[in-house]
Amino acid sequence: MLELNDIQRRILQEVADLHGVPEGAYNIRSDASSAGRRSTANIEITPKTDVSGLDITIKPFTVNESVHIPVVISKSGLKEVVYNDFHIGEGANVLIVAGCGIDNCGSQDSQHDGIHRFFVGKNASVKYVEKHYGSGNGSGKRILNPVTEVYMEEGSSMEMEMVQIKGVDDTERTTVAKLAENAKLVVRERLMTHESQRAISVYDVSLDGKGSSADVVSRSVAKNKSYQKFDAKIAGNAECHGHTECDSIIMDEGKILAVPGLEANDVDAMLVHEAAIGKIAGEQITKLMTLGLTEQQAEEQIVNGFLR
Amino acid sequence: MLEIKDVAFSVAAEGGKKSILEKIDLTVPDNKLVVVTGPNGGGKSTLAKLIAGIITPDGGKILFDGQDITEKSVTDRANMGIAFAFQQPVRFKGIRVIDLIRLATGKTLSAADACEYLSAVGLCARDYIDREVDASLSGGELKRIEIATVIARSAKLSVFDEPEAGIDLWSFRNLIKVFTKMRSEIKDSSILIISHQERILNIADEIIVLRNGRIAAQGPREEILPTLTGTTAMVSSCRNDNEEGGCVC
Repeated sequence: MLELNDIQRRILQEVADLHGVPEGAYNIRSDASSAGRRSTANIEITPKTDVSGLDITIKPFTVNESVHIPVVISKSGLKEVVYNDFHIGEGANVLIVAGCGIDNCGSQDSQHDGIHRFFVGKNASVKYVEKHYGSGNGSGKRILNPVTEVYMEEGSSMEMEMVQIKGVDDTERTTVAKLAENAKLVVRERLMTHESQRAISVYDVSLDGKGSSADVVSRSVAKNKSYQKFDAKIAGNAECHGHTECDSIIMDEGKILAVPGLEANDVDAMLVHEAAIGKIAGEQITKLMTLGLTEQQAEEQIVNGFLR
Repeated sequence: MLEIKDVAFSVAAEGGKKSILEKIDLTVPDNKLVVVTGPNGGGKSTLAKLIAGIITPDGGKILFDGQDITEKSVTDRANMGIAFAFQQPVRFKGIRVIDLIRLATGKTLSAADACEYLSAVGLCARDYIDREVDASLSGGELKRIEIATVIARSAKLSVFDEPEAGIDLWSFRNLIKVFTKMRSEIKDSSILIISHQERILNIADEIIVLRNGRIAAQGPREEILPTLTGTTAMVSSCRNDNEEGGCVC
């Protein structure tokens, strides 16, 4: 039976909503080594031999199963690059929960760069949840630089929920997706930065197949002196639908740069970009104050709701 | 009981100040439903905002149950028992209807309990409880949710700023039922409604007429209402209105 210490337990709860060992297939990576791993009849997890990371192979037509691959870092100064490849068989329908939490109480920077590649088979359906979290009061930074590549075959669909709410000092997230005919990608990113944190999120989506679609929506809040950049590019290379949206709240001295990028390479490509950045509307605060909340409580409610 | 004593309010304007309200003296007694009416631009909404604390008067005093609340914040007044329904309700991305109702009651209500407040304003609760209070709701839906949040507060004084504005005929009929029910359960509390609607004036205990920033008339409905209906302005405006929402100017 897998034993977890308090820090591991707390971080697993934050990044993967886990209160213990998950159901189904899992690999828990803690301070650069596997703290526990389980494959199932349909989902095989094997460590890579050339680099650090895993091959996760999901058999065709596997339905209603899940894979958890959370990462916990509690050592100050630990820096790692991990390559995880997901091979999702035809017609499978699975939930994949990743996520990384860094607890850095020391003075050296801790960093996890997860390179995830998804090969989504024909008509397969994936829900991917990735949460990033930082804690600890050391002066060392908590750094996360995820790279996600998604290759979607005909008729496949993928919903990605990417969340980074607290404690990560520096992050550069790159997501690249290529969609074949009738493939569908939905991305919901939620981000909050505070203090002097920096977060950059770059998307590069190619709608290559007829009938493919992508909907990339980011909701973010930049507090204190933090900085965010949302750079979302969708290229429509066939008859397709693409939509990107950046909806942000700035507070204090926060700064946000939204960079729209639409490239229509086919006359039947329909692409839309929306971006809105602004402070919390005064009337929203007033309304909640009329319900008895203080100004600060009202702001918290508005931010929490916005990032739900 | 709410008492407003010699209250004035003005805004900055070209070449000085523009008076919006002057020498306002009025009382909203316990167990009464009071309707403030009058022409557009007469200062009605300003009065409602002064009561909620969203704006503060240039002069005069506002007392609530004998306590001077003139300098109290919106939050303090809310916690003392003043509820306020906005004329144009605010939208929130991400905050759900159930969240607003929970905040209004100050309790972790069950979904079933929260649904009661929505049913009270004629919304099919199951369809709305988990919806976000955002642009996906129509003006009428939003307005009814706004009224539900005020009912949920069970406040000592509930202030409604033009509750009929922006809602359809069907909802308006329901709205009258809502206020009639509130009136019947008024025990030790009071209701102040800013309204142009005759049907709302018809359920008032007392009517206050605000015109050009001053109180033009105030008293029991039986005294004031006949002076309003039957005027030329009333007749011409009613011609443009519908039978459900007769209008008093």
